[in-house]
Amino acid sequence: MAARIGVVTFPGSLDDRDAARAVRLAGGEAVALWHADAELHGVDAVVLPGGFSYGDYLRAGAIARFAPAMTSVLEQAGRGLPVLGICNGFQVLCEAGLLPGALTRNASLHFVNRDQRLRIDSTDSVWTSGFAPGQELVVPVKNGEGNYVASAEVLDELEAQDRVVARYLGANPNGSARDIAGIRNAAGNVVGIMPHPEHAVEHLTGPGTDGLGFFTSVLSRLVAA
Amino acid sequence: MTGVDTVTDAAATPDLAQPYAELGLADDEYAAIREVLGRRPTRSELAMYSIMWSEHCSYKSSKVHLRQFGDLPRGERVLVGMGENAGVVDVGEGLAVTFKVESHNHPSYVEPYQGAATGVGGIVRDILTMGARPVLVMDSLRFGDADHPDTARVLPGVVAGVGGYGNCLGLPNTGGEVVFDPTYQGNPLVNALCLGVLPRDRIQLSAARGVGNVVVLLGAKTGRDGIGGVSVLASATFDEDGPARRPSVQVGDPFTEKLLIEACLEMYDARLVEGIQDLGGAGLTCALTETAAAGRSGMRAHLDRVPLREASMEPHEVLASESQERMLAIVTPSNLPAVLAIARKWGVLATAIGEVVEGDRLQVLWHGEPVVDVPPGSLADDGPVYERPLARPADLDALRAAPAPAHPSTGELSDLLLRMVASPNLCSRRWVVEQYDRIVLGDTVLAWPEDAGVVRLSESTGLGVALATDGNGRYARLDPYAGAQLALAEAHRNVAATGAVPVAVTNCLNFGSPQDPEVMWQFAEATRGLADGCRALATPVTGGNVSFYNSTADVAINPTPVVGVLGLFDDVARRTPIGFQAPGESVLLLGETREELGGSEWAWAEHRHLGGVPPVVDLDRERVLAQVLVAGSRDGMLSSAHDLSDGGLAQALVESALGGRGSRGIGARIVLPAGLSPFVQLFSESAGRAVVTVPRSEELRFTEMCDARGLPCTRIGVTDGVSLDVQDVLLLELEDLRDAFEATLPALFGPLAGDTAPANPLATAPATGGLHHG
Repeated sequence: MAARIGVVTFPGSLDDRDAARAVRLAGGEAVALWHADAELHGVDAVVLPGGFSYGDYLRAGAIARFAPAMTSVLEQAGRGLPVLGICNGFQVLCEAGLLPGALTRNASLHFVNRDQRLRIDSTDSVWTSGFAPGQELVVPVKNGEGNYVASAEVLDELEAQDRVVARYLGANPNGSARDIAGIRNAAGNVVGIMPHPEHAVEHLTGPGTDGLGFFTSVLSRLVAA
Repeated sequence: MTGVDTVTDAAATPDLAQPYAELGLADDEYAAIREVLGRRPTRSELAMYSIMWSEHCSYKSSKVHLRQFGDLPRGERVLVGMGENAGVVDVGEGLAVTFKVESHNHPSYVEPYQGAATGVGGIVRDILTMGARPVLVMDSLRFGDADHPDTARVLPGVVAGVGGYGNCLGLPNTGGEVVFDPTYQGNPLVNALCLGVLPRDRIQLSAARGVGNVVVLLGAKTGRDGIGGVSVLASATFDEDGPARRPSVQVGDPFTEKLLIEACLEMYDARLVEGIQDLGGAGLTCALTETAAAGRSGMRAHLDRVPLREASMEPHEVLASESQERMLAIVTPSNLPAVLAIARKWGVLATAIGEVVEGDRLQVLWHGEPVVDVPPGSLADDGPVYERPLARPADLDALRAAPAPAHPSTGELSDLLLRMVASPNLCSRRWVVEQYDRIVLGDTVLAWPEDAGVVRLSESTGLGVALATDGNGRYARLDPYAGAQLALAEAHRNVAATGAVPVAVTNCLNFGSPQDPEVMWQFAEATRGLADGCRALATPVTGGNVSFYNSTADVAINPTPVVGVLGLFDDVARRTPIGFQAPGESVLLLGETREELGGSEWAWAEHRHLGGVPPVVDLDRERVLAQVLVAGSRDGMLSSAHDLSDGGLAQALVESALGGRGSRGIGARIVLPAGLSPFVQLFSESAGRAVVTVPRSEELRFTEMCDARGLPCTRIGVTDGVSLDVQDVLLLELEDLRDAFEATLPALFGPLAGDTAPANPLATAPATGGLHHG
């Protein structure tokens, strides 16, 4: 039986159907989860998709973290549930305190959408275990608030603990500290990433299929477990 | 209620002086209203007539010309034609698409961000109204000179507004157009296009029918924003105090619109809606009258039930408000609880504000007292219709006879090409399109810099559509009939170049004041040209929009018909990109090149010259070219295809090379045929042409197909290396071409994300004058 990966839809989520497609193409079963429903329906992992939850009117992700579904995600993530936050989902994870730091307005002050070169720095997470260390990917980035910031101590700690999962190569699209594109928690089950791996899963619609690795990584882990 | 002008008051005070002229109504129009009602209108009624009889809503000056589009053969694919909010086209597999382009020009000059944002919001609601899920937006933008200080105010705001709204709705923007010309200095054009997809059997219409059915207002609260938008902003010429009209511009909230979209789609799926109409320009006035008029029904609305942002609003303000993100649905009483439940689920405000009643009057009550009592048809359908006088522009003969600038020598072409690819109208649009989400929804197959946007509609079969918009105000200034056809031909060619079969047309007709006979002549010629062109290409017009009064201080813009063409794919996997795909492939030029530089980008960019006649239009040739491009895609013969238009063959070769596979692109060795001078061959803008590449193994089969169909096909070279080598003419490294192509907009409007500021190529141009070389 295919592993079941939930995709939470908040009001204003935009890439939820895209994340579900990526789960399916990677061989999993996508389960639609609703923000107002605390029940996670026994899923094996959760994706918090991109978008502008609640319009990002307060701060990106600041309201979504209080959704009933997030209360359950927080609780189960503490017990090892794999959670991937993409773009707005990364912002939600930071607001919820599952990951340190914050995502602020792009240094250019513009929304930016481009195919971005990335390097996988940590394969020690359930979402990146299938990549080779140092592997280079091309994955689209599209955000207005993707500028990762944290104190120097936090950044040093992330690096010392091998918790930077991916960095931007070439021009840094949003001014992110130390070119950070994604990070993980200490346990390795929670990953937040600003680029959109769910938009690099088909040659027809993306720059390639480099993004699939995030989803196949977790699926192989779930099957093995 | 004190202070509110009721129907009773109107009957009691027949001679009260009313400010109809300030509301944009003419003397005879006011007299006609009194005759329809048999009394003076109330203040609310006067507001409603001034809105519905405005140029923007009534099409009173354009109607007699637009009838030509309605007379075109509809073809079997068109399920809903002109007249509804947008046309609907059957695409097979039980699916249909609806698409339309609309202008938001004046608001975007007054307040660029909000004007452009609400332009996107408005066209998206038009598409939603038809029952469709919006899946793609494009925008066609025209600004003053690229280096004019006011362009630095307007362009970044418009681009951020288009992006800000569309990105937050989760709609891919596949590109569009950005054109610079001083004709648009005080009057930029912001034309937004949206396409939606729906099951064939889920088409929604606006008619309110069924006595006892409930009128439900969905979405945002109603405020004082946008009052006078259509009658003041969109239906009059700007004077010097343009930005002082800022309170007439609406403010958008894309998050509310996103929720409104999801709520409406869920209601459609559950078959809960009898009729629906968006509230756009003209707000509640338009939605109430159009639903009632379309259903030939009576309607009663209780205006005091409308949720307000400001409690002090008066009834005529509630009726005229253009607050965004609102829809009006007609539902049966038994479905009302389900409708309210879906609205609640999505956090969308839903309020029953009225009901469909016996008879044929639209009655609007304010705390129980009638403030409006009118036949809805008199507002929606029976507005004034004008046969405006026409006059061929007095300067047109001189303009068309103006001698062309001298052609450069062959030795000058290398420098010329570098300047041309860096010129504002031909340079890279990366600065703009990077601010748009081009990939959300995961179905974008082609987007800028490709010839057309292509989206997939079905993951299982690959069914999809292509969409392109084009327009050329310079061509239309020199010959509006041909100019409209050239816009149609270019969009048609762009769609076919991707491999899609062109099937239907939308248009946005941007012109000056209809009260100027010379403008009206341009309009009449352009509509006639477009109608004749659509007939020849068998592509029916399914909808569109007219924008008049695009003038500043009595000077009209160049007439600018923007044409959108929809194409169909049985399988998007066979789409053809513009970029060269492999070295060693044959480069073929399809069509014929003539010396056609009237209205060209070369004459403009190098000499600021606008004169002569535009390229000849040959629609039979366009049709054959499209057939060859589609057949080449279908049979897997083509590696790349790129339409030739502004900037001619030279520009197309550069774009195909820079867009070639790999990070550096793929170059080409070109040998120009004998005959016309290299300059003419490279920069002429003859229509009906494309440049394609084919693998050697397919070349014979492809050229035989061209021969069989009578399409001239000339082998002009081979893809190779990382330079563009036009033998005995020029040799340029792709890297240098790319630097020139990419630098211009960042130099003008700020660096791309992650880049440091590049040098300004315009500032470092020779002292003889920036863009005006020569």
